Amino acid sequence: MNVQFSRRQFLKGTGAGVAGSAIGAFGFGGAEVALAQAAHSFKLSKATETRNTCPYCSVSCGMILYSRGDVKKGEKAEIFHIEGDVDNPVNRGTLCPKGAGALDFVHSKQRVTRPMHRKPGSDKFEPVSWDFAMERIAKLMKEDRDANIIEKTRDGVTVNRWPTMGFLAGCATSNEAGWLTWKAVRGLGIVAVDNQARI
Amino acid sequence: MTNSWTDIKNADVVLIMGGNAAEAHPCGFKWVTEAKHHNKARLIVVDPRFTRSASVSDFYCPIRAGTDTAYLLGIINYLLTNDKIHREYVANYTDVSFIVKEGFAFDEQEGVYSGFNANNRTYNRDTWDYEIGPDGFVVRDTTLENPRTVYELLKKHVARYTPEMVERICGSPKDKFLKVCEMISSTANGEKSMTIMYALGWTQHSHGSQNIRTAAMIQLLLGNQGIPGGGVNALRGHSNVQGLTDIGLLSQSTPGYLGQPRDSEPTLAAHMANRNFRPLQQNSVSFWQNYKKFYVSLLKSMYGANATAENDFGYEWLPKLDKVYDTLQMFELVYQGQINGFVCQGFNPLLSVPNKGKMIAGLSKLKFLVSIDPLETDTAKFWENHGEANPVDPSKIQTEVFMLPATCFAEDEGSFTNSSRTINWRWKAADGPGEARNDIAVMSELFLRIRELYQKEGGKVPDPIIKVDWNYKDPKLPTADELMREINGKAVTDIPDPADATKTLYKAGQQIASFAQLRDDGSTSSACWIYTGAYTERGNMTARRDNSDPSGKNVFGNWGFAWPANRRILYNRASADPSGKAWSERKSYITWNGKTWSGPDVPDYGPTLAPERNAGPYIMNAEGVARFFARKLMAEGPFPEHYEPFESPVANALHPKMSTNPAARVFKADGAAFGTSKDFPYVATTYRLTEHFHWWTKTNKLNAITQPEFFVEISPELAKEKNISNGQWVKVSSNRGSVKGKAVISKRISSLMVDGKKIHHVGMPIHYGFIGETKKAIGVNSLTPYVGDANTQTPEYKAFLVNIEPLSGPAIS
Repeated sequence: MNVQFSRRQFLKGTGAGVAGSAIGAFGFGGAEVALAQAAHSFKLSKATETRNTCPYCSVSCGMILYSRGDVKKGEKAEIFHIEGDVDNPVNRGTLCPKGAGALDFVHSKQRVTRPMHRKPGSDKFEPVSWDFAMERIAKLMKEDRDANIIEKTRDGVTVNRWPTMGFLAGCATSNEAGWLTWKAVRGLGIVAVDNQARI
Repeated sequence: MTNSWTDIKNADVVLIMGGNAAEAHPCGFKWVTEAKHHNKARLIVVDPRFTRSASVSDFYCPIRAGTDTAYLLGIINYLLTNDKIHREYVANYTDVSFIVKEGFAFDEQEGVYSGFNANNRTYNRDTWDYEIGPDGFVVRDTTLENPRTVYELLKKHVARYTPEMVERICGSPKDKFLKVCEMISSTANGEKSMTIMYALGWTQHSHGSQNIRTAAMIQLLLGNQGIPGGGVNALRGHSNVQGLTDIGLLSQSTPGYLGQPRDSEPTLAAHMANRNFRPLQQNSVSFWQNYKKFYVSLLKSMYGANATAENDFGYEWLPKLDKVYDTLQMFELVYQGQINGFVCQGFNPLLSVPNKGKMIAGLSKLKFLVSIDPLETDTAKFWENHGEANPVDPSKIQTEVFMLPATCFAEDEGSFTNSSRTINWRWKAADGPGEARNDIAVMSELFLRIRELYQKEGGKVPDPIIKVDWNYKDPKLPTADELMREINGKAVTDIPDPADATKTLYKAGQQIASFAQLRDDGSTSSACWIYTGAYTERGNMTARRDNSDPSGKNVFGNWGFAWPANRRILYNRASADPSGKAWSERKSYITWNGKTWSGPDVPDYGPTLAPERNAGPYIMNAEGVARFFARKLMAEGPFPEHYEPFESPVANALHPKMSTNPAARVFKADGAAFGTSKDFPYVATTYRLTEHFHWWTKTNKLNAITQPEFFVEISPELAKEKNISNGQWVKVSSNRGSVKGKAVISKRISSLMVDGKKIHHVGMPIHYGFIGETKKAIGVNSLTPYVGDANTQTPEYKAFLVNIEPLSGPAIS
C-alpha cells in the first residue's frame, strides 16, 4: 500500500523496451548503440522520485519531487525538479504558476537554516544553538505560565487557563504535527489558539 | 466541500461567486472545464471584478463588493415566486413544514429579529425555535398553509428582495440578475445539478457565514444538495487548512469539531448537559447523540492511562474558555498588552491580519515572539526598519524574538487534507537545510522541556501538563505514522462484539475501523473521530494510490481517505427520492436495493435503514432534515438578512437604522477607526493573483519574477475622474493607514450604479510586504478594518472604504 509505484516508472520501463526492439527489428542495431552513446541521459532518469503534496492552496495537487540521492536509503538528497503527479486524480499532473515555482520555495534565499535570536532593542538577529533557543523559550513560557495561569475562577470553577500566551498554527503543517501541537498547547493550558481558517 | 474537486465534472451549471477558482485554484478549476466540455455545463460568475474565471464563463454579472447576501436572497425570492423549486425534495428533506414558535418575528423597519437589546446590541434567542408538541417532537403542517410554517415565514422574509431591490443594493443590472436566476433555476428538477464554488470572497465579511448559509438554502430549494455535481463547495485556502481545522487547532473546537470546554462546563456531565441532541422528529437519527463517545475517546488519546472514568477521563485538565479566542480577539489582547508571549508556527500575522498599524503596536508590546517557519517572515522581522514599508525604530522595541528553522513540505512526511476532505499521505524527499527541524520535533522538545521544568522545579498547576500522554517510541521525535495511528484511534481494552458477546470485535491495541465503534467508557481512544478509518488494521488508508473510477462518475474511493467514513459526497442519501429511487438516471448515486443502500460512494445513512422508516437524509441534524430556519445557531438570526459592510458608501436600503450586522465582532476602539464615504468614497476589495500564494511566494524567485510588485487596480472611469494614468504611482488611504503602488487601469474592475449613486471599486492584491524577492511594499492590510463576522469572526477584508490620489513619483524604490 505504501509502495510508490508510478505510472511514470512503468512507462519508462516499457517505453524503452518497445523503442529498443522496434529499432532492432529494422536492422539498426549499430545505430542504436551509437545513438545511445551520443545522447544525453534524460535529466530525471537517475533521479529519486518522491510523492508529495503542493503546500499552497487546498486543491492540494499531487507532486513528484525529483532528487539526487535517496533520503529513504540514508543518502543525502537534493531536490532539483518538481512536477505534477500524473497519477493524482485531482490535478492529473498539472501544476499552476504557484506550484510550478515550488522548487524556488525549497531553495529560497529566505530559508531559515539555523535558530536566530533577537535581543530586546537590538537591530539584528544573531545565530544561536537549538539548545540555547529551546532552553530560553521553555524558561520564558514557564515563567509566564506560573505568573498568569488561572487555576480556578472566583466562583471556584477549575479552568486551568493560561490566557497570556498566544499560538497560531500554520496550515501547511501536517495533520500529525497538528495533533501533536494540539496536545502540547492545550496541555499547557493555552486558550488563544487559532489557524488560518479565517484569514 | 460537501462534494469534491473531481465531482465538479458532474455539474450542469456552475456558479462561482465569492471566489475566483481559475486564478486562485487553477488545477481544481480544470473540473469546471471538464464539466463544460462533457456536460455542456454553463458557468456563471458573479464578482465585482471581471476575473479570469469570468473571462471563460457563459455569463458574468457584476456586483458591489459586500452585498452577496442580498443577491442570494434575491435568487431565493425568484425561485419561490416563480415556483422554480424541487418540490418533493423540499417537502421531504427540509424543515419547510415546521411551525415556528409564537413570538418569533423579524422587524422589517428596524432590521432586527425578536429578542434584540438595542442598548448593548445583543440578542436573546429564546424565540428563535420551532413549536414543540406535547410528544416532544416538532409541530408540522405538511399542507404549508399555516402562516407560521418555515415556508411561509421564509417566503415573507425574502419577498423584499425583488430584482429591483437587488439592483438597488448590489448595483447588478436587473436583466443580468434575472438571467442568472433563470440559468440557476434550470436545475430545480432532479435531472440537472448546479455546484456552487466559493472562497474567501464570501467568508471575509462581517456577515460571511450568512452568505454561505444563503447559498446552501438555494441548493436545498433546487434539490442540489447530496447529489453528483451539486453541493456548496468551499475552495479552502491552504493545503492543509482543512486538516488543521479538523484536528482542532481552532479557538473554540477540539479535534473533530467537538466543543472546547467553557467555564460554564466544569465537568463532562455539564458539558453534555449543554448539548441536547434529542431527535426532533420521531424517526430522526440525530447522529450527534454519539457525541460523548467521541469526546471520551479524544480524552483517552490526550491523557492515555491517566484518563479514567473516576476522574472524568481527565476533562478537568483541559483549559476552559471564558470567550472565543479567534485571531481578532487574540491580537486585540496583544494590542492591549494582555498577552505576553506568542508563537507563530508557519504564520505571518503582521501582514495577514487587518490594520497593520495596530499589529505593529501590539507586537511591540510582546515580551517574546517565536516564529517556527521554513522562511523568514515579515512578522519575525516586524522590529526591523524597512523604510516606508516598515518604518519602525528597533531600539524602541523590547520584544525578544526567536526565528526557528522548520522543514518545508518536501522535507517532511505526513498527511494533508484537501478541500474535498480527502486525506493524502506525503513522503519526505530530502532533509531540511542547515539545522532545520520538522514541526513535530520542535513542538515535542518545547513541550517536554517545559514539562521537565515542572517535574524538576515544580510550579503552578503542573497536573494538566504532566498527565498528557506522550507515550511515543522516541518522545522527542514521534513519527507521523505513530501520530496518524493515534489520530485514528485504537481499542484500549478488548472490545466484545455487540452482535455476539462471546466474540471479540477488537483486541486491545488494535486500530479501530469506524467511528461507529468508538465507546464512551474509556475502552477506545481516538484523537479525531472523523478521521477514524484513516489508519486501520489494514494499514494507512491515507497512503492509498489507486486512482481507478469504477463507476465512471469521477469517484476515486480508493485514493487516500475522505472523512467521514471515506465518504466523497456528503448527505448522499438525498440523491434518492423518499422511496430510495434515484431522482433521475443521470444523477443516480446512492439508492435502496430493498435490503441496503448502495452506489459508488459510502452511503451517508444507516446502511440498512429502510426508506419506509422515513428518518430523513440529514442524519446529523436533530430534525433529520435540512434547516432553512437556523433556530438559535446563527448569531444574527435564523434567516439571513442583508447588512451593509461596516464601511459602506450607502446606508442599508432596507433598514437604514440598522445598516450593519448587529451581532458582528467589533471592539470599541476599532469602531472609532471606521471611515465614512465622505472622506473615503471608494469601495475597496483585496484579492489574490494566480502567480502568488498569500505572503509566502514573495520569497520565491520564479513567482517574484512573474508578479514583482504591488499594484492598485481601478476602472478607466475612476482613472479619468481622478486624473490618474496607467502605471502612475498612487496613494490609497483608509481611515487606518495608506499604501502606495502603481495604478493598473483596467476594464476588469466594475463601476456600478447603487441606489442612484455611482460606486467605483478599487482592487488590490494581497501578496506584498518587505521580506522576500518582490519589491518592498507597505502591505494592503494597513488599510483593512478590524471587524469580524458574527459567527466565525473572520475579518472583513473584502469590502471597505478608501480614497485614492495620484502621486508624482515612485513611492518605494
